[in-house]
Amino acid sequence: MSLSFKIQHSAGCFSLDLAVSCAGPVTALFGPSGAGKTSVLNILAGLIRPRAGQILFQGETWLDSDKNIFVPAHARAIGYVFQEGRLFPHLNVRDNLNYGANLSKDRPAHASFDDVVDLLGLSQLLHRHPRNLSGGEQQRVAIGRALLARPRLLLMDEPLAALDVARRDEIMPYLENLRATFALPTIYVSHSMPEVRRLADEIITLEEGRVTGQSKNEHQP
Amino acid sequence: MSLSPADITAIWLSLKIASVATLVSLPFAVAVAWLLARRDFFGKSLLNGIVHLPLVLPPVVTGYLLLVTFGKKGAVGEMLDACCGLVLSFRWTGAALACAIMAFPLSVRAIRLALETVDTKLEAAASTLGATPLHVFATITVPLAFPGILAGAVLGFAKALGEFGATITFVSNIPGETQTIATAIYGHTQSPGGDAPAMQLTVISVAIAMVALMASEMLARRVSRKAADL
Repeated sequence: MSLSFKIQHSAGCFSLDLAVSCAGPVTALFGPSGAGKTSVLNILAGLIRPRAGQILFQGETWLDSDKNIFVPAHARAIGYVFQEGRLFPHLNVRDNLNYGANLSKDRPAHASFDDVVDLLGLSQLLHRHPRNLSGGEQQRVAIGRALLARPRLLLMDEPLAALDVARRDEIMPYLENLRATFALPTIYVSHSMPEVRRLADEIITLEEGRVTGQSKNEHQP
Repeated sequence: MSLSPADITAIWLSLKIASVATLVSLPFAVAVAWLLARRDFFGKSLLNGIVHLPLVLPPVVTGYLLLVTFGKKGAVGEMLDACCGLVLSFRWTGAALACAIMAFPLSVRAIRLALETVDTKLEAAASTLGATPLHVFATITVPLAFPGILAGAVLGFAKALGEFGATITFVSNIPGETQTIATAIYGHTQSPGGDAPAMQLTVISVAIAMVALMASEMLARRVSRKAADL
């Protein structure tokens, strides 16, 4: 993956100051809570505009504060899996899955609707509404929704953190499947080392808004 | 109950004026409510104040200001007449304008509350999926706030239906053109033997207002129940 970014940002007494070049394909941002991982992800997504910085993704400038360039979230061709699912409550699972897919028809698809539904085991859920899904099911739909938006970069913010151990074990194989099937450039935020060891090719450690380490990861199945 | 033809005309005219006032002002009410709920900008409290002004001003004052502005010799009124032949003063269209302005603050308040219950995190999620701000608004914000928007429209409709002061000041009380239920009742109370027809129209007015308020209440309860579900 070719993603590099330099960010300077502050919110309240918290400040971010980092410069990173990701090798990928799956890069983990690892660190304790409060380290600024989610803020970095939101800045990469275009949901937060940092005070200063540059983001360069595959030759495209998403952000350059010196040249006053800021590409908004909807134009970045990303997929974002949030910690809490964030499924649209007024749409059923099928319509949630298709939301981003319908808006990105000009880009090549990674996988067909049916493939994603199979991969994530969603075929029985398509007509249900989010409020009738378990936490694990919601998170699987959220992953599918992000994938079907034909992202060029997948951002995942602790997709397992809100789930209990059993649900985590239920989703982990899907995530590993994802990694093996799509080789999609991914930034995976987590504060759990076992999770990161299983999923990432590269680990970047964050503490208090600063990078404290960057290393390759040999997969431990 | 035996209503005179003039009274029946007044009832229909009231419904027509209130419907047009509600439908035409609704998009503006949604836009203003959205600005107040979601955006910080210079002059926000001024906009908020102007929107709420008709709620606190004596209706006669609002009507008089409309007359001065939109009347035949008013700056805007003259322009509208010259450019598109639209005359508002002493016409039912003027009554609709007066009702719309009087009902506006009520609609905006209800719609603003509904928009504020919509989780901005869902809107952010939609934007990461490639939705432009307008698309997010149309497919996420409005559907989720819809019961509240409807409640705001119903409340505005009920208010428009009962509007008196601004209407009679701006467009007078012309049977068949600007005479609504409210101004017709006023007319009856000013003439001998008008008690019975005034009471009939009063009953009808109460009935329409009750139905509108109950519908609004029901919808508002649906919003809060839906919010509790999420």
